[in-house]
Amino acid sequence: MAIKIEHLNYVYSAGTAFERHALKEINLEIPDGQFIGVIGHTGSGKSTLIQHLNGLLQATSGEVYYNGENIYGEGYDRKQLRSRVGLVFQYPEHQLFETDVFTDVCFGPKNLGLPAEEVEARAYEALKLVGLKEKYYKSSPFELSGGQKRRVAIAGILAMNPEVLILDEPTAGLDPKGRDDILDQVKMLHEERGITVLLVSHSMEDIARYVERIIVMNRGQVMFDDTPREVFHHYRELEEVGLAAPQVTYLMHGLQEAGWDIATDATTVEEAADAIRRFLK
Amino acid sequence: MGIIKARKLAHDYFKLDDEGRVESVSRAVDHVDLDVQEGEFVAILGHNGSGKSTLAKHINAILLPSEGTLLVDGNDTKDESKLWDIRQSAGMVFQNPDNQIIGTIVDEDVGFGPENMGVPTEEIWQRVEKSLKAVGMWEYRSHSPNKLSGGQKQRVAIAGVVAMRPKCIILDEPTAMLDPNGRKEVIRTVHGLNKSEHVTVLLITHYMEEVIDADKVIVMDQGKIVMQGTPREVFSRVEELKSYRLDVPQATLVAHELQKAGIDLPDGILSNEELVAALEEYRKGQRNGN
Amino acid sequence: MIREITLGQYYPGNSVIHRLDPRVKLAGTLVFIISLFAFHSVEAYIGATLFLAAVITVSRVPLSFMLRGLKSIFFLMMFTVVFNLFLIKGTPVVSFWIFTITKEGIEMAVSMAIRLIYLVIGSSVMTLTTTPNDLTDGLEKALHPLKKIRVPVHEIAMIMSIALRFIPILLEETDKIMKAQMARGADFESGGLIQKAKSMIPLLVPLFISAFRRANDLAMAMEARGYHGDEGRTKMKPLVYHGRDKMAYLILLGYLVVMFLLNRIGFFAGLWGL
Repeated sequence: MAIKIEHLNYVYSAGTAFERHALKEINLEIPDGQFIGVIGHTGSGKSTLIQHLNGLLQATSGEVYYNGENIYGEGYDRKQLRSRVGLVFQYPEHQLFETDVFTDVCFGPKNLGLPAEEVEARAYEALKLVGLKEKYYKSSPFELSGGQKRRVAIAGILAMNPEVLILDEPTAGLDPKGRDDILDQVKMLHEERGITVLLVSHSMEDIARYVERIIVMNRGQVMFDDTPREVFHHYRELEEVGLAAPQVTYLMHGLQEAGWDIATDATTVEEAADAIRRFLK
Repeated sequence: MGIIKARKLAHDYFKLDDEGRVESVSRAVDHVDLDVQEGEFVAILGHNGSGKSTLAKHINAILLPSEGTLLVDGNDTKDESKLWDIRQSAGMVFQNPDNQIIGTIVDEDVGFGPENMGVPTEEIWQRVEKSLKAVGMWEYRSHSPNKLSGGQKQRVAIAGVVAMRPKCIILDEPTAMLDPNGRKEVIRTVHGLNKSEHVTVLLITHYMEEVIDADKVIVMDQGKIVMQGTPREVFSRVEELKSYRLDVPQATLVAHELQKAGIDLPDGILSNEELVAALEEYRKGQRNGN
Repeated sequence: MIREITLGQYYPGNSVIHRLDPRVKLAGTLVFIISLFAFHSVEAYIGATLFLAAVITVSRVPLSFMLRGLKSIFFLMMFTVVFNLFLIKGTPVVSFWIFTITKEGIEMAVSMAIRLIYLVIGSSVMTLTTTPNDLTDGLEKALHPLKKIRVPVHEIAMIMSIALRFIPILLEETDKIMKAQMARGADFESGGLIQKAKSMIPLLVPLFISAFRRANDLAMAMEARGYHGDEGRTKMKPLVYHGRDKMAYLILLGYLVVMFLLNRIGFFAGLWGL
């Protein structure tokens, strides 16, 4: 069992006029190897939550355990934790700073104090994992396209060999092609390397396509925590908090309202088409 | 009368080396012919690097054509004496909401354009009020833009353009950095302006759900216009859209999958409602057939 | 920590002070600062204190906001106080080891501390009650005569107002990049001076790049909205003096006169010292 959160609370700017209870009584377990989607409208606390998982933010109260160890415990190596739980921020390409792609990806492993050969080997592997062509390794990161830059930035985290990978809206601002490329790459990492993935996204369609479990955040609390099928079953409640279900879920409900005796739990295009085909046979 | 008229418009980007010599040339827009009528809502789709933003920047004369001509409301964008007329008749909204708001207070930002045009003070106030009301941001007039959500910031940016009384608004991926609710807000606002003020709209985007209500959809790829027509016409060519790595509404995709499985449905289904109706129709036919 | 810089942070409100013409507030701040340094009797300080307290009360900005600006000058103030306390020669009061604290030293230290504190609070009153745009408008108008000698007054004012708008955005961005690099194992705290300076590179390079990108975007957006400098430009909120502004000027004049008199009383009474 990788991450366990107990009674976590986080208060911003405590004691001032701007005080805000950003997280309230969060209890979560994130076992190894899951592919989890985190959804919630802007300001629901999802970004604050994920920054607790690698110790960037310190809870006001409550505990976070990584592999059974309390990360707030005395002498706990938080820098080490940040390499185990890799966090890719929104628009991660904005953090690139080195003169070439390869050196930039080396930054993470170098900070871990690894020997030079190991650093380079890891950077090499990470760039391969994100599918960047070798001819770009020595070019300036600023000459790449938006999608390529983002992959370099993700490689910068992967080079630290994380066991858990958290991505905060990794497809924001990308076109459909760039979006599919990145998400397919993440899925491959999950399947081939067994990395635990937490994907924060606003796109219910993407979430439905990739994840096996959804955590819904609302007003700093966990509203739902279940399989996509179960969570999207509550599409009316999701709408009330500014979220929605994938478009096909509405299609299935539309059919049911039109008098079809059909299951409404499809969340992807394939599932919907399948269900309709079977119904019409 | 056409408000935007492009003939064989082309634009080259030059990459210079350290000494300022031309290292390479890349053609971003490649012999594009474009006609937009007054009052139309035209959407331009295309993935990043397809040339759609470069094309947009020509209409406001931020970029000038390398080849061909572009007329905006009858003025050639190459004619420098008409520059300010062109910028007034074709307003532009950009992608990043933070980087286009100049004022530190919402109403001051909306007044920025009219100030530049030399509009008398009293009229600026009338225009600011009208524009902010048109985008539904009047209650926020004395707020700092930094405290607004992304969708609200974009609506302020749109109001800033509307206050210049343009005939045409070009929106260059105005929703790319917004969350779904912000996206809906902005698109609803733009449709509202198009309907109530009869402003011509040119919406550039890669979100397909934003274009289904447009009058006309143009698809760009590698600097060229590759598809053009009503949303229904364009979205009935699912395989072709996929080949340009563009999205298709999920209802259209489901219909396409069903068609492939031999279920006879009409082409160009755009929404869940249409698909439900079509499936009902099909089922009726099935029953009658039996 | 970055958010604590209050100078340049507007506190929204609708008090008389908020509504005053920015030129009045600029002049007022200037007059107040001059009064602090020109007059130094106990009576004058009392007068200045009363004036400042009155303005703050009328402005309805919480005192805590005014005091926040003091944090940034804390060290400067301590330095000045200690410096004056020990180095000014005169009548000894206490003496230990090689240090001697004199009566003159105490007087000077106290008065310097008061001046610095009042200076910061006084300017905070202006920045907290005036939108940055009003402030730059005020400066632009007040400095307008300099245009005749080719000082680009409008451009300077425009640069200032844009800078003010982007400071909070860039501060937030700094915070974000810092966290992103920490997620990559960066360490901004430990190490010596050189190590620390070196660790700033992963923060500063992205920050500069972002600032340039924003500047580029903004220039384009301004051009697209027809900005072409000062020529033929009108104002949405032109600066016009109202009755209250004339009143404020009179009050300022009154303040100067009273301070001058207080200082004279203080001067005669002050012959006996504190």
